[in-house]
Amino acid sequence: MPGEEERHGRLWTWLDQRVGLAEIEYLARKKEIPIHRHTAWYYLGGMTLFLFLAQIGTGILLLFYYRPSAEEAFESIQFLMAEVEFGWLIRSIHSWAANLMVFTLFLHLGSVLLLKAYRPPREVTWVSGVLLMGLAMGFGFTGYLLPWNELAYFATKVGSEITGAVPVAGGFLRRLLRGGDEVTGATLTRFYGIHVAVLPAITGMVLGLHLYLVQRHGMSVPLAVERSGEPRRMMRFMPNFLLRDLVGWLSALAILAALAAFLPAELGRKADPFLPAPIGIKPEWYFMFMFQTLKYLPAHILGIEGEVVGILGFGLGGLFLLLVPFLDRRAARGERSLLFTWIGLGIIVYMIVLTYLGYTASATK
Amino acid sequence: MAEGAFPEPSRRGFLNWFLGTAAGAFVLSVLYPVSRYLVPPEVTESTAGTVTLAIKPEEVKPNSGQIFKFGSRPGILVRTSQGELRAFTAVCTHLNCTVQYRPDLQHIWCACHNGHFDLNGRNIEGPPPRPLDAFVVNARGNQIIVSKGA
Repeated sequence: MPGEEERHGRLWTWLDQRVGLAEIEYLARKKEIPIHRHTAWYYLGGMTLFLFLAQIGTGILLLFYYRPSAEEAFESIQFLMAEVEFGWLIRSIHSWAANLMVFTLFLHLGSVLLLKAYRPPREVTWVSGVLLMGLAMGFGFTGYLLPWNELAYFATKVGSEITGAVPVAGGFLRRLLRGGDEVTGATLTRFYGIHVAVLPAITGMVLGLHLYLVQRHGMSVPLAVERSGEPRRMMRFMPNFLLRDLVGWLSALAILAALAAFLPAELGRKADPFLPAPIGIKPEWYFMFMFQTLKYLPAHILGIEGEVVGILGFGLGGLFLLLVPFLDRRAARGERSLLFTWIGLGIIVYMIVLTYLGYTASATK
Repeated sequence: MAEGAFPEPSRRGFLNWFLGTAAGAFVLSVLYPVSRYLVPPEVTESTAGTVTLAIKPEEVKPNSGQIFKFGSRPGILVRTSQGELRAFTAVCTHLNCTVQYRPDLQHIWCACHNGHFDLNGRNIEGPPPRPLDAFVVNARGNQIIVSKGA
């Protein structure tokens, strides 16, 4: 093509001949975004991705000062917050972006669930997305301990104790997670390794698959829009939607910067294994609905310990979520699937109500 | 093609300038804190000029030396063959290795690049460019007290 050289310049041509830029460009340009009343939900995935990128950047920076041992972790963060220039900013952004990322991830997942975007051929996209949610929660759980402060210490004690309730393998899993029988410096080192090496490696692969599939399949049109049979309006992904996406990213950045500046991450008191747990101890908000559920379960249900029932229930719930595309046969055939809409709404309402109760119900009861 | 699509080049030019400036400002506002963050803050050196060692004078044999902590840096305590106690910084003036006492040579030696110092801390052989800083040693009863020279 004679026009190719002029359009992109010689560097582009040189690279194209070696790495195939034209194919990438084709993939990026062929994608179109359907315009309808639910289009706004399409921005949430990109926003989650942006917050994840912020996590990678600030996380790498934190590694430069952080020391993963029970003796030094708290002090190294104290040093970072008080002495290092902009240390408070980097850590606050890491902490806030984590929370915002889980929040947008929940919204993204909820919208995909209700709009039934998991329909064929997007089952693998859905499964990889649910796995990414699990990974994000793993990041949150392991990252929470790293400052080695009082709240983190006890939250980890409780959280890792829950794995002990898994039938048969519980005790072994708890030891494996804690690196011993108790939450100690060994746990901290272990969580650090999981947080900065194991989870990023797995997440990189799953996220790569997820993004590739989204690019390959393009955006799903919601069932209701598809069935209404109206003539479809489209917007090009490159550059029209991408630029709108960028506005979303910048909005997220503005919120992030404001939160980090006005509500910087706190450090609290250094963990002391020989002090009682502080009153009103809570997990991070995205674990609250599970925490609260476990509080309400009676000690025994049909002769089984209530805790075990609860954990089995959450395990089955997660499995159900993972398998939704394969269970929802009606939506797969392109028919209305009210049952799964109600199930989806039920899950969302349950999580909101239990989270609300977790923050309002008296802590001493 | 580019010409025909944008009949008002001045407006396009303004928008491009505006976007470019905004993008540049954004990049700078990220790079500035990050670059400042990467520079480690000064760690305040221990200002104490005196250290009481955890060893008793009689435990230091003649013609021997040992390393002690002076603040965050190592020092070396030497008892000469004549029985005199001396102390120096144990950081080689060449490339900051920690020096040691060589009983066979009866002086201080740096293993990294074969630097030699005599028992006054003077660099007598090898690459070290400067002498070791000397401390003042006082043996009071059961204690050895090392302080920075006046």
